[in-house]
Amino acid sequence: MSPINFVYLASVLFAIGAATVLLRRNAIIAFMGVELMLNAANLALVAFSRMQGNVNGQIMAFFVMVVAAAEVVVGLAIIIAVFRARQTISLDEPAELKG
Amino acid sequence: MISPILFWTVAFMTVIPALGLLFARKPVYVAVAVITAMVGLAGAYVALEAPFLGIVQIVVYTGAVMMLFVFVLMLVGVDQRESLKETIAGQKWLAFALSIGVGALLISVVSRLALSVDKTPVTGEPQAIAKELFGPYVLVVETLGFLLVTAAVGALVLTHVPRLFPKRTQKEVQAARIAAGANPVNKTFPGVFARHNALDAPALDPNGEPIEESVSRVLKARQQTVDSIQYRDDNRARRRELGAKEDEA
Repeated sequence: MSPINFVYLASVLFAIGAATVLLRRNAIIAFMGVELMLNAANLALVAFSRMQGNVNGQIMAFFVMVVAAAEVVVGLAIIIAVFRARQTISLDEPAELKG
Repeated sequence: MISPILFWTVAFMTVIPALGLLFARKPVYVAVAVITAMVGLAGAYVALEAPFLGIVQIVVYTGAVMMLFVFVLMLVGVDQRESLKETIAGQKWLAFALSIGVGALLISVVSRLALSVDKTPVTGEPQAIAKELFGPYVLVVETLGFLLVTAAVGALVLTHVPRLFPKRTQKEVQAARIAAGANPVNKTFPGVFARHNALDAPALDPNGEPIEESVSRVLKARQQTVDSIQYRDDNRARRRELGAKEDEA
C-alpha cells in the first residue's frame, strides 16, 4: 500500500477539523479542531517525507509540533482570560466589535 | 510497503474519534476522542518510517497538549453549555458544505499527483533527525527556543490577575464578621444531650426545644435530618418519671 493513502487520510482529517472550527461554539472544542488540522498537516508532511526518502519532511513536522505547542499555551491562556471576564467560553458571545 | 491492515486500523482509529469532535456533546468526551486520534496518528508515523516523531507525537500531544486542554476544561467547568441557537441563518449547512468541499478539493488534487515512492527510505531515528536539526536547521531550532520562552511568558502575563484590594488579615476578617452581627461563639453542636448524638438530630435547648441551626445545612438541603420532636417528648416523659420518683422519695 502506497504512502499516498496517508495523504488522503490527512485530507479527510483536515476537512473534519475545518468543519469543527466552523460548527462548534465551544471555544475549547473549536481549538481542538485547529489541533486536528495541524496534525493532519503533520501526517501529510511525514507521508511526503517517506515518499521522498529523506527526513526533511519529518523535521518540518517536528517544527509544526513545537509551534502548535506554543500556540496551545497562548490560546488556552486567552480562553481563560475571556472566561474570567465574562463567565462563558462560547464563541458567539464576544460580538461587541461588530459595527 | 505499508500493510493495508495497518493503514485501515490507523484510518479508523483517527477518523472515527475525529468525527466525535463534530458530534459529541460534552467537551470531555471530545478531549478523550482527540487523544485516541493522536495515538492513531503516532501509529501512522511509525508506519511511515518516522519512529522518533511517533514517540514525540505521543509525548507532546497526548501527554502535554491534550492534558492541558483537560486542565482548562476543569478550570472553566466541564458543564459549559453550548448554545445551539444559530446566529447566522443556515450556518450549519453552509459549514458542512464548505468543509466537504475542502476535503473533496484536497483529495482530488492529491489524486492527480504523480509522486514516485522511494524504495529505500531513510528511517527517522533520533540520530538521523538530530543530524538535520542541529546541522542545517540549527538557526530554526534556536528561534523555536525563543518562541517557546515567549509563549510561556505570554501565558503567564495573560492569566495573571493583579490584586485589586489589599489582602485582609485574619484579624480584620474576624472584626468585620463581628461588626456585621455574627454570633461570636460557636454554633451549638448537633445531637441531643444524653439521648442521641448523631449529626442529623438537632440539639435541644434547656427548655427541650430543638435548635435548628445546630444541624448542617447540607443535611437539611438533602432532607436527611431527623425530627427531634420525639426526643423532646422522650426527654419530658423521662423527666416526669424522675420527678415522680423524687416525689415518692
